[in-house]
Amino acid sequence: MTEIQEVQLPGVGVRLDFTTSLGERVGVVVHRGGRRELMVYDRDDPDRCSTVLQLSVEDAHTLNDILGGSRVAEVTTTVGQEIEGLAIDWLTLSGESGFAGKTIGDGMIRTRTGVSIVAVLRGETTFAAPGPSFTLEAGDTAVAVGTPPGIAEVRAILEA
Amino acid sequence: MTPIVAAVGAEIATAFVEIGLIALVLAILARLASRLGITAVPFFLIAGLGLGEGGVADIGVSEDFVAVGAEIGVLLLLLTLGLEYSSEELRTGLKTGGVPGTVDAIFNFVPGLVVGVVLGWAFPAAVLLGGVTWISSSGVISKVLSDLDRLGYGETPSILNVLVIEDLAMAVYLPVVAALVAGSSALQTATTVGVALVTVGIVLWLAMSYGHVMSAQLDRGNNEALLLAVFGLTLLVGGLAQKLQISAAIGAFLVGLALSGPVQKRARALIEPLRDLFAAIFFLFFAFQINPEELPGALLPALILLVITGLGKLGSGWVAAGRLGSGVNGRIRAGATLIARGEFSIVIASLGIGLADGAQLGSVAAAYVLLSAVVGPLLAKHADRVADALPRKRVPARPG
Repeated sequence: MTEIQEVQLPGVGVRLDFTTSLGERVGVVVHRGGRRELMVYDRDDPDRCSTVLQLSVEDAHTLNDILGGSRVAEVTTTVGQEIEGLAIDWLTLSGESGFAGKTIGDGMIRTRTGVSIVAVLRGETTFAAPGPSFTLEAGDTAVAVGTPPGIAEVRAILEA
Repeated sequence: MTPIVAAVGAEIATAFVEIGLIALVLAILARLASRLGITAVPFFLIAGLGLGEGGVADIGVSEDFVAVGAEIGVLLLLLTLGLEYSSEELRTGLKTGGVPGTVDAIFNFVPGLVVGVVLGWAFPAAVLLGGVTWISSSGVISKVLSDLDRLGYGETPSILNVLVIEDLAMAVYLPVVAALVAGSSALQTATTVGVALVTVGIVLWLAMSYGHVMSAQLDRGNNEALLLAVFGLTLLVGGLAQKLQISAAIGAFLVGLALSGPVQKRARALIEPLRDLFAAIFFLFFAFQINPEELPGALLPALILLVITGLGKLGSGWVAAGRLGSGVNGRIRAGATLIARGEFSIVIASLGIGLADGAQLGSVAAAYVLLSAVVGPLLAKHADRVADALPRKRVPARPG
């Protein structure tokens, strides 16, 4: 998966950006109200945006549908911004993880940490709301929602 | 009975007509300002100069109302400043903002202080002038960034971070200034400053640690209840802080800081229209107290300050954006964007209006804000031209 950089914009929201396979830098500013700005960075001055596109919440959904993305990340981002003290993290199981092949229930994750695994991303596929019997594989990314210390514990469990 | 009612009625009628006409003038100015793409603050100041003492049209009856309205305006301006950032953003600001914040203070507070001293002003007035030249206008700057489509630019987080740090610096600066303004002997001032800082420290800690409890309580109310509760809290805490000689403004600011989470967002949306109304009255009232004849004399010091502190903000932006890895253009854009001063410079100047040299402070601050609020956004817009001129001279000099 492409690495997405996240930068906080105090008083505005958050900026997410990544570099395309052809080397263009693309950024999205997510405003607190949900409005988005899509931008392409200038090659000569990498701080500057050569194109900026203003997107309403509805426009962003439309563009998202056209591009064929999943809505999981977006919904969870919104939740994270609205509820203080709630953290969302993407935890990837490494190849060496002893947890690969075990089910979510095996780890007793929710009982021990209070953290919920709300989705699992495997390659191009998204498994939303996986049950306790869902088996995690090496390379899976689990989307975890809970308190920051709880998520740290889950990370430890998944990497054990 | 009847004559008294009639007399009062006539007075109220005059007040209504006066206030109504003033509001309409301000409305036209606000519209003009938004068409020109700049803040309305300088226009409100000019209107105040025209309507106040020695101006073209002297208003009389409604002055008491305007005076109280102006004080409420200050409280609401500081409340919304406190509401601007979440406690998480403030904590991050505290952790990462040390170096850029210090550079910003040295480059922009010190010149104001020095110019005040050179002009031969009393020390408190000079300290206030330092504050006037220090704090950038978050209102103007966020508008400039969004109007120019620059929120996604690489240097923008550094600009916003400087604003957050200045926001926090106000929490220290305001009580110190309030003590300086109130104190008489050096020892007494030192004691008041100490007490004020400790109190603010405790309240700030309480606000950041337990603010969410109060926020959760307030969040249960409907909009009407929330608006009244926040407005009431702001005035109550502001009034109590004033009684403790910590300045009402800092009390209001702390109320804003203490509100967090969903209620912060709701309160901001509810208070904003109220703030716009009372802040307009405040800018107007501030300008009432300035003698228009003194303004030409204030232009030269204001212009000198603008040049020095314009360079100062370029320095702040250069350092802050450089720490985020921005290039030459980004660093210059960051500095140029930070040049605009506005609402908080006027708030700071207003704290000293009754002091020795306070009148001069007021006119210099007004002239300075008039200039920087207009010049700042223009420089921000054309910063790339300045930046493009620079590297061409530098690049050949560098080997490799």
